[in-house]
Amino acid sequence: MIYAVFAPLLFAIVIPFLSRMKHKIHTGWLILPIPLFVFIYFVSFVGSDFESQVSSYNWIPSLDISLSFHLDGLSLLFALLISGIGSLVVLYSIYYLDKKERLGHFYTYLYIFMTAMLGVVLSDNVFALYAFWEFTSLSSFLLIGYWHFKERSRYGAIKSLLITVSGGFSLLAGLISLTIITGTTSIREMVNQADVILESSFLPLVLAFLLLGAFTKSAQFPFHIWLPDAMEAPTPVSAYLHSATMVKAGIYLMARFSAIFGGEPSFFMLLSLFGIVTLVCGSYMAVRQTDLKAILAYSTISQLGMIMAMLGFGTDIAIFAAVFHILNHATFKGSLFMIAGIVDHETGTRDIRKLGGLMTFMPMSATLALFGTFSMAGVPLPFLNGFYSKEMFFDASLQLSGYAGTFVEIVAIVLPYLAVIGSIFTFVYSMYLFFGTFRGKYKEEQLPVKPHEAPFMMLLSPIILVTGVIVIGLFPSLFNNGLLTHAADAVFGDEVTKEISFWHGFIPPLYMSLTVVVLGTILVLTKTKWEKVYNILPGNFSFNQIYDWGVNQLEAASNRITFTYMNGSLRLYMVLLLASVTAITGTALFISDGINFEVTDVAPVTVHEVLIAIVMAIAAIATIFVTNRLAAILVVGVVGYGLAILFVLYSAPDLALTQLIVETVTVALFLLCFYHLPNLTKRTESIAQRGVNIVISIGFGALMLVMSISAYNSQFFETISDYFTENSYKLGGGDNIVNVILVDFRGLDTLFEVSVLFGAGLAIYTLIRFRKNKGAK
Amino acid sequence: MEILMAILASILFATAIYNLLQKQFLRIIIGTVLLSHAAHLFLLTMGKLKRGNPPVLVEGVTNYTDPLPQALILTSIVISFGVTSFLLVLAYRTYTLNKSDNMDELRGSSDE
Repeated sequence: MIYAVFAPLLFAIVIPFLSRMKHKIHTGWLILPIPLFVFIYFVSFVGSDFESQVSSYNWIPSLDISLSFHLDGLSLLFALLISGIGSLVVLYSIYYLDKKERLGHFYTYLYIFMTAMLGVVLSDNVFALYAFWEFTSLSSFLLIGYWHFKERSRYGAIKSLLITVSGGFSLLAGLISLTIITGTTSIREMVNQADVILESSFLPLVLAFLLLGAFTKSAQFPFHIWLPDAMEAPTPVSAYLHSATMVKAGIYLMARFSAIFGGEPSFFMLLSLFGIVTLVCGSYMAVRQTDLKAILAYSTISQLGMIMAMLGFGTDIAIFAAVFHILNHATFKGSLFMIAGIVDHETGTRDIRKLGGLMTFMPMSATLALFGTFSMAGVPLPFLNGFYSKEMFFDASLQLSGYAGTFVEIVAIVLPYLAVIGSIFTFVYSMYLFFGTFRGKYKEEQLPVKPHEAPFMMLLSPIILVTGVIVIGLFPSLFNNGLLTHAADAVFGDEVTKEISFWHGFIPPLYMSLTVVVLGTILVLTKTKWEKVYNILPGNFSFNQIYDWGVNQLEAASNRITFTYMNGSLRLYMVLLLASVTAITGTALFISDGINFEVTDVAPVTVHEVLIAIVMAIAAIATIFVTNRLAAILVVGVVGYGLAILFVLYSAPDLALTQLIVETVTVALFLLCFYHLPNLTKRTESIAQRGVNIVISIGFGALMLVMSISAYNSQFFETISDYFTENSYKLGGGDNIVNVILVDFRGLDTLFEVSVLFGAGLAIYTLIRFRKNKGAK
Repeated sequence: MEILMAILASILFATAIYNLLQKQFLRIIIGTVLLSHAAHLFLLTMGKLKRGNPPVLVEGVTNYTDPLPQALILTSIVISFGVTSFLLVLAYRTYTLNKSDNMDELRGSSDE
């Protein structure tokens, strides 16, 4: 199974090389087989005798993070959608994207997404799931920004990334809390410990975190604002990520965890309320749109809300309907997106006000769109899958009273009405979408390109999807036993048996459907009168404004904070660095009880050494007060030569020699440069600045004192010096141990040291030779 | 003796840091020079002082001073020499171009 998940990612590595050949053959053809093979692999599991599978690979055992893949009914349904629609989208994109586009980038992102999404729906380990989850956000970001030269694309990409990734953090927090509560990182183990989680006092927090993660990803109200902007992506991406798969990750998550939270009233409340509000708002806003893809985007939002609501209901019929609708939505919405892309491709515009009467020019596309839109609207016809799940949705919304506690009674009463209202708007925009594009008056002068039918191969993907719509509509039981019941079982945690049939008799759901159709038709026919009303009622813009305002404020605030300490003053940087080094090291020394003043084993004190030390100390302090260049050189020289004498006294002849030479050359250099530099001035700093300087330098000096004495008294390891003493002659062939270490044992260090000197020499040479080429243009 | 040397090293550190925090380029260079002196003394002291002969192998002598800190210091002396000379030339160059050796006046442009 791991190969199936990672196959797209592995091939993503070679895609950039394949795309070099794009002049001969479209890259899409070369890589089309991969999702197809993955699809076939997962199809082989479908059947009524399906058993859930587990395969596990250790990744980071010390943190209990493994790549363990658990394939149950729900995962299987999603895996099939991801690989199946993925194949169709690749096929479609071959005709949608011109060879001139950066195909390598496109397919690489797309295949990264494919692996990430498969990982999300198959991972049993919560942290692996989170990692895959964020990868879907990242690849979505890259794909939305694919046409990065467009301002709107960049805006949409950043928006989606900000919203989904901040939701992702919330998800991570929720998953970590769950891990702490249950002590396991496996989702299956968590489900077994559902009662522990439900009794935990952190339950509201966990729920809030998880729901926030799922709602942002699945574009639930009020986080839906990123999805319409994500439509700037190429249409294959919109069809794939932003309708069929990625936006359903939140749904998947909720479905997965409803086995844990299913009996929790607040879970029911939040999910159904947010879901139903999203359904109503999304469908209402879809009616107002004029861009084909914007209509579809809001439609997706509302459909996601509907699925979310059904998961919230949590009854067996509702969950079955949710799972069923996931499949149905992927088929009809995928095909509609592709048709919208075709219309855009063949006419040059997606503005529905300019479109119209395309039926005669694009009969195939129109027919496909007809099935898609009518299925989406839930028109009661026996060959449209959308109707079945919509009717089940109505049915489920009616069977809520008495369920999940009594305090939600009012909600349960209101829900069916909201469901009908949302569905009426769904009906309206579906009809508007179809009739506005393919019927009505043909406005030739407004179209940038003369419309004609798309090539057959481009139509093939939507044809396959629409065939799916009809086949599911005609023979729902075909998918029932092998796939859907398993998926519903996995969510519900218990056997769900549901017969899908067209005719149930004169029961309330049928009346609800008929109400939708009748009222919807009236609204469509009188649309011109309603248009003003649609524009008066507040729509989407307030949330977008909040988002824009928030992003701007955040940028301004972080700029302000950054510029308070990154003000270009090197002195300030030094102060901050030294202060934090002193504070952190000092605190660490203190906390770890590292201070040790019990000095044993020291060399005896002799008078001449003390004298030299005193002279050096005085000279060092004098550097602060001298205001004369020559005096400054002298006192620095005193310190250097004093050090050389100390080297002699402490049996370090090589050091003493080097120090003497270096000191002499340095003094000479100082003299050379001082000649060109202005004299030392009196310090002009304020008293406060001087105070800070004094405190920091004395603090740092004191820290070094404490550290050196403590370090001197602590010996944690055996010294390695004896090795050098013993082997200096044997291995290095030299008597001078220091020299042997430098040129032999640590020869590479010395090589780098030489190269540092060489670099410094080069830099000095360039600095001196460098002349400003003024006017030499 | 080691304690005394530790105190001397920390005085050197403190004065070095004080010089580093000044505005004038020259004082900063003096600070870096002092800082490397301080570090060298610190390293030497950590290796224990006056514990035997200079680390040059001589027939019949078994007691040598720790050679490792000396090797480290030797490398460091050379490198800090490189740094100091580079800084000096940089100061010279900066002054001839900008006619200022005050770090506050040498800040980068604000329109980054």
